[in-house]
Amino acid sequence: MRRPLARRATVLGISAALLVPVLAACGSDDKSDKSDKKDGAKAQSADELVIYSGRNEKLISPIIEKLEKATGTKVEVRYGDSAELAAQILEEGKKTKAGLFFSQDAGALGALSNAGLLAKLPEKSLNKVDAAFRGSAGDWAGVSGRSRVIAYNPALAPKAPDSVKDLTKPEWKGKVGYAPTNASFQAFVTGMRVLEGDEATKKWLKDLKANGAKAYDKNGAILDAVDKGEVALGLINHYYWYEKASEVGADKLKAKIHFLPGGDAGALVNVAGVGVLKDGGQSAAAEKAVDYLLSDEAQKYFATETKEYPLVAGVASPVEGLPPLASLKAPKIDLGKLDSLQKTLELIREAGMV
Amino acid sequence: MSTDTTRSVRTPAAAPRAAAGRRTPPLVLLLPAAAAALIALLPLGYLGVRAMERGWGFAWDIVTEERTLELLGRSLWLTAIVVAGSLLLGISLAWLTVRTDLPGRRAWAVLATLPLAVPSYVAAFTWISAFPSLEGLPGAAITLTFACFPYVFLPVAAVLRGIDPAQEEAARSLGSGAFRTFVRITLPQLRPAAAGGAILVALYVLSDFGSVSITRYDTFTRAIHTSYQASFDRTPAAVLGCVLVVMTVLLVLAENRTRGRAGHARTGRGSARPPVTLRLGHGTGPALGWCAAVAGAAVVFPLATLGYWLTVGNSGFDAEKFWDATLATVTVAAVGAAVTTLLALPVGVLSARYRGRLAGLLEQSVYAGHAVPGITVGLALVFFAVRYAYPVYQELPLLITAYVVLFLPVAVASARAAVLQAPPVLEDVARSLGRRPLQVLREITVPLAAPGIGAGAALTFVVIMKELPATLLLRPTGTDTLATRLWTETGAGAFAGAAPYAAAIVLIAAVPSYLLGRRS
Repeated sequence: MRRPLARRATVLGISAALLVPVLAACGSDDKSDKSDKKDGAKAQSADELVIYSGRNEKLISPIIEKLEKATGTKVEVRYGDSAELAAQILEEGKKTKAGLFFSQDAGALGALSNAGLLAKLPEKSLNKVDAAFRGSAGDWAGVSGRSRVIAYNPALAPKAPDSVKDLTKPEWKGKVGYAPTNASFQAFVTGMRVLEGDEATKKWLKDLKANGAKAYDKNGAILDAVDKGEVALGLINHYYWYEKASEVGADKLKAKIHFLPGGDAGALVNVAGVGVLKDGGQSAAAEKAVDYLLSDEAQKYFATETKEYPLVAGVASPVEGLPPLASLKAPKIDLGKLDSLQKTLELIREAGMV
Repeated sequence: MSTDTTRSVRTPAAAPRAAAGRRTPPLVLLLPAAAAALIALLPLGYLGVRAMERGWGFAWDIVTEERTLELLGRSLWLTAIVVAGSLLLGISLAWLTVRTDLPGRRAWAVLATLPLAVPSYVAAFTWISAFPSLEGLPGAAITLTFACFPYVFLPVAAVLRGIDPAQEEAARSLGSGAFRTFVRITLPQLRPAAAGGAILVALYVLSDFGSVSITRYDTFTRAIHTSYQASFDRTPAAVLGCVLVVMTVLLVLAENRTRGRAGHARTGRGSARPPVTLRLGHGTGPALGWCAAVAGAAVVFPLATLGYWLTVGNSGFDAEKFWDATLATVTVAAVGAAVTTLLALPVGVLSARYRGRLAGLLEQSVYAGHAVPGITVGLALVFFAVRYAYPVYQELPLLITAYVVLFLPVAVASARAAVLQAPPVLEDVARSLGRRPLQVLREITVPLAAPGIGAGAALTFVVIMKELPATLLLRPTGTDTLATRLWTETGAGAFAGAAPYAAAIVLIAAVPSYLLGRRS
């Protein structure tokens, strides 16, 4: 039985219609970066903004409401993981829907900056933030900062060491807690590589491991272990201690923290920050948002909610007992270079830590 | 013997009973199947583009790194353990609930299906929080085995219900014991179903990120995620993705080889008697214990943990967000399941009814993208959408496309098994009476296979509900599913806050799971 031609044609036609977009996709090449068409960026009115946020919704949504009121901008936020959102923006290229990228760490901003996707920020905004906490190309700015510290249990360690270099000494054998899989620890190791080179860092990691350092999953677990005396010292971010102190009372907390002096690698201050997308077509609204996030109100909000450091000069943290940012002796490195994590992971693996 | 309708899909040595027209599939099947295969191959196109960005040399260096081999070994080791465990659990429970007088068979069958409703990251979290020492391989293997065995249980139970008992009765009458009969007669007939389930399990394990990230067992997929995190460089991740695809193709080829000559269509549907129910007698106690242990570990334990979190209290539970997310989840899962099933049908029919390179190639293409991690599928669709389908970027159609790419094999496996169980002779009769292929499909094949196809749709609905990585990347901005809410809450460290979302995923998915279990 032969089918009537008409019916055959119909079937073919419908199927072809199904296939066209797919075939078009397969038959084309990847030259988006050479097309200079700007049809991609949706024409946004000046008071609409899409933010891609790597910081958690619980933290960001209250401040977004305030931002909308303060700037008269209607904001839509797309939440995700900082690195995955950075990959998404890289994949979107010129057709990105994001006006502003709010990253959990400097590394992801550095990666977008290297790809030339971020626009230079107005001087007025940039100058609010210390040069150490913004992109070297002036295309991203830190919003809040976190310092690496050594947590110590005074009963076991009356005086905490002044350098992470000391942690490989015999006196601390089996007494140090660290979190090899934690992003903050890895950023600190990356900082050490930038400061002292790969070889020295590799040796330090191997020595630390050989010295019987105990691996934990998270900063919080390390702090608990120090508090209980499981270990004498722990490598953590400063705000874990302040959060715990506000929960249980600083006097109930046996553990103390030590901010390392002298620009030691273990005193790295990393930031969460923002960058405006060149091709997002929302520069005006995005710049207004950056301006707001660097305002006293927003800076105070982050400082209160996360116990991180406000980065704008003249804004004091409401957190009790927190040494001022200006008093910290953080190492001088370009935070944008913290995007070279791959090598760090190799070293951590080679040291047998994961 | 009434089970002599053995027909292999691709082995020329098989009984040559192909009727006229069985060699060249009609266009009405071929074209939609080709469309489905092409959609499924999108991630592969993307991986190719990205992996080759810096030339062969760069890619080759990554492939040949010692670390890559080590990760591959770890992934395969985990896969082997989980497949073995799933086969053991799936086949034993299927046999107990279908072929014995186990008390409460129906209930056990439903319980054996429910683990599908527990997202693997939730299960992993409950295990690790209760037993921190399980970190690494044991935790990952336990979590994944309990999450995956229904993929084996469902098809095997369906076949056990469907096969003609004549052979088994003959064996028993010739003096074989129950166990020997099972091993010698029943098991070989279960092979295609079990292998089909095993392949789904294997691909699930290869591409799973949730449980290996929480149990911190370094696998290939975890390395792919780390690669995005660590270098913001999509090339190494894509190279690793390509290796996973090659693995998948090899696994699917191996599975096709095991299909061999097994077929299990019956010529008559009504004439066969139900199989004899085995009296367990003294074995009842141990059998009940076994079922209870599996159900306890796979369902009761995670649910009890969720229940505990729920009672811990929920500051900041937002009812409106909860309902929005629930509605969005049900919507995308229903639409996704419908579209996926529709596209899977022609591929399943082709694979069950036609021989030849083309049919085989189409089926394998569908599987090719299945071992690719969700994050990669998500980025692949971002890549294609911003270039060629910008209007649907970050809109529902693109999200649905991602679900199709990710879960086509689940639906294809169900459709194929269902069509295999429908006697082909009826189709031959219809063709000889002058019905056109489309009519045959509409009037004979689909109605006969409908229950199995429906089961495939239900299964797809459940797995879509749990999907996280691709959903995060492709959802419309501001839209949340239960899985993305769960991610937000756990990201903020609020496990009590995450509990309602996890519980809702399990409860909603329990409905199709219950229906699937009831069929058993």
